[in-house]
Amino acid sequence: MSSQEPQRQLIRLRGRSYVAFTFTPVAPIVEWLEQVDAIVARSPGFFVGRPVVLDLAAVKLSPTAIGHLVSNLEGRSIRVLGIEGADASQLGPGLPPLLTGGRPCALEQQEPKNPESKLQQEAKPQPASLLLQNPVRSGQSVVFAEGDITVLGSVSSGAEIVAGGSIHVYGALRGRAMAGVNGNSSARIYCQKIAAELLAIDGYYQTAEDIGSTLRDRPAQAWLDGDVMRITPLN
Amino acid sequence: MAKVLVITSGKGGVGKTTSTAALGAALAQSGQKVVVVDFDVGLRNLDLVMGAERRVVFDLINVVQGIARLPQALIRDKRLESLWLLPASQTRDKDALTEEGVGRVIADLRNNFDWVLCDSPAGIERGATLAMRYADEAVIVTNPEVSSVRDSDRIIGMLDAKTVKAERGEQVKKHVLITRYDSARAARGEMLGIDDILEILATPLLGIIPESQDVLKASNVGSPVTLANASSAPARAYLDAARRLKGETVTMTVPVERKGLMNRLLGRRAA
Repeated sequence: MSSQEPQRQLIRLRGRSYVAFTFTPVAPIVEWLEQVDAIVARSPGFFVGRPVVLDLAAVKLSPTAIGHLVSNLEGRSIRVLGIEGADASQLGPGLPPLLTGGRPCALEQQEPKNPESKLQQEAKPQPASLLLQNPVRSGQSVVFAEGDITVLGSVSSGAEIVAGGSIHVYGALRGRAMAGVNGNSSARIYCQKIAAELLAIDGYYQTAEDIGSTLRDRPAQAWLDGDVMRITPLN
Repeated sequence: MAKVLVITSGKGGVGKTTSTAALGAALAQSGQKVVVVDFDVGLRNLDLVMGAERRVVFDLINVVQGIARLPQALIRDKRLESLWLLPASQTRDKDALTEEGVGRVIADLRNNFDWVLCDSPAGIERGATLAMRYADEAVIVTNPEVSSVRDSDRIIGMLDAKTVKAERGEQVKKHVLITRYDSARAARGEMLGIDDILEILATPLLGIIPESQDVLKASNVGSPVTLANASSAPARAYLDAARRLKGETVTMTVPVERKGLMNRLLGRRAA
């Protein structure tokens, strides 16, 4: 074992994007709120716990009017996550923060209205693992964000394996392996012979220098113990 | 049916040109009709190693661009009449090569020779990718050191992805040729061992060429080492490798220099 305790990274700044509903109020606000009430009446609780962004580009409101609108929505159990299309100076300290750079996207989390379509989805599950039968050569990069990657050969120095799930290498791991890239902290990296340039799980990483010399070229696994990466022999 | 063989490595200075000349001559010595093609446009060397530098009139680029016909550019070796050279241009660069043009030249050569040996330039850019583009087989020249092995690994990945054969779903047959091997230094751990190299590259071994002064001597007099001194250790290793390319089974050995009597009496032995 190396005498050095693996380095702790206490603060990590990473970007992430989320899908939110966007409300675009139009004048007059009172009538627009009535329409919101109509949606809530049709499907009660639909907005509960869902992130909502207010796009105020279509209306011109004073800071107090914005505050009024936000509290009106909160009264209907709609929590406003942020405000778009307004000027930063209009938003006082009590209001949600200004958001920019939003892009339209399809809403995937729509409730399945048709039970048949749900069945079809279950019948055809997405493959959750990728099998590589040949060695991964220097300069090659294999990315499989949907699940595990299994390599039957070796991963060469200068090659890169990136998986949403765990990584299994039934040969020597001499390149870089990054597991759990979508925030899966329970992902692990297993290999028959560890000589990796870099190991990473969910953003925590160790370079070849951090890997204890006693482990080198032996079967090993890497896993996350809280926010510390552990590399232990596989026995 | 002609075989197109690319001699490649990724890294420079490992012995691609020397090996192309030696293997080409060895195949021709066994009666095969062979052409060696220099793809190192702008930095040509194969003409020097073959001793034909004063006879170059037209070159690969002229043929690719249709300025000269193939028979005008081919240079017949003075020592072996079944060995030919298609030189590269020294005044142009690799951008003058086109995929269609190279394809046409290779197809032409296939009709006229048993073996087409393409001497690839170093690197992974246009010259190297076009040299391997139409290959049936590949010889990956590797020195027993980590940077050369890693570059070879990269090239093997490209052979499996960027060749016409690979795009058709077939495989380019690959062979590793280890050059500049010094068994004494390998035994002392100063060099990568054969097993380490083959474990990393996961590719069959074609031959082991020992480090030798004979190689440099042969290059300087403009003769492939298999012609200049056929009984030297590197020449014997290249001759064995050429037999393996032809499909013969030859026991793998590391040829050693035959030591003089005085050396033996003085007890100077390789470790």
